[in-house]
Amino acid sequence: MFSLDELLHTLKETGFATAIRENGSLFPWLESVHVLGVTALIGCIGLLELRLIGLISLSRPVSRVLKDVLPLTWAAFAVSVVSGFFLFASNAPTYATNAFFLGKVVLLAGAGLNAFGFHAFVERSIAKWDSAARTPLPARLSGVFSLVMWLGIVVCGRWVGFTLVPIP
Amino acid sequence: MSTWLDRFCEWLKVTPFSVALQSTSWAVPLIQTIHILAIGAVIGSGLMIALRSLGWVAPDQTLANANLRFLRVIWWSLPVLALSGALMISAEPARSLENPAFWLKMLLLFLSTAVSLGYQTPLKRDPEFWELSQGRRRVGQLIAFVSLALWVGVIFSGRWIAYVEAS
Repeated sequence: MFSLDELLHTLKETGFATAIRENGSLFPWLESVHVLGVTALIGCIGLLELRLIGLISLSRPVSRVLKDVLPLTWAAFAVSVVSGFFLFASNAPTYATNAFFLGKVVLLAGAGLNAFGFHAFVERSIAKWDSAARTPLPARLSGVFSLVMWLGIVVCGRWVGFTLVPIP
Repeated sequence: MSTWLDRFCEWLKVTPFSVALQSTSWAVPLIQTIHILAIGAVIGSGLMIALRSLGWVAPDQTLANANLRFLRVIWWSLPVLALSGALMISAEPARSLENPAFWLKMLLLFLSTAVSLGYQTPLKRDPEFWELSQGRRRVGQLIAFVSLALWVGVIFSGRWIAYVEAS
């Protein structure tokens, strides 16, 4: 059995992780892609959450906004996760002990659970309030919760860059 | 780079405002967070305009309507970006002002703003300007995607400021 620590070190010593760590420009390129993914994600999911909360697109059915925004959000999420994984791998043991990185993972799990909860429960009754400017309380709460999670994820992500102390 | 810029950076770096930003550990990351969120608003809006011009999103809305709504978001994001950007420059003047990546970012920002203005100006007279013929529709789509690509360039060069040596 591998311990988590061994696993993280193994990840760090893989060929691609070593290349990202040692090549001067791979890391910033990946980081640029990561920022693009995250900004696109926030820009897209924000449109949905603000509609749910009742601040924008009030004349449009929620299902329509959902249909526009969800594929883009998933694509942006995929770009963010893949680029994020490579950044993480380059120095896995260090990231794994960084409080802000761990905070980011927890908030990400929160956002994921919220998205699951929205699709599994809140969205079920969407036919009843699809065109309503004021959505039911659970839908509004889900929107606020998601925005708070994503805001926290950006905050933690930025703080990781300022607090990371490489372990030799 | 030119000496007057050196002198400006040296002067700015020791102003009480800059010193206060430097000595507040959470200031720069917080400002960067705001900067990133505003870029998110621009990218989200740019995506909506570009994809609507292709008819991939919001078919229930006219392109004119999408243009009106999302161009406004982009214009409102610009002062937020400028202000948060100015604060970052104040905190570490030479890191950006003497950095080629920063000036590339400014060039791309200028170009994307010019392209957006070129897209928006005819809409003021006729909100359906880019829909009146097949040719105009194509040009409108092209402009929307060029503007989006320029913003991607802004993001990339922005991230590279941290890695390119300030001269």
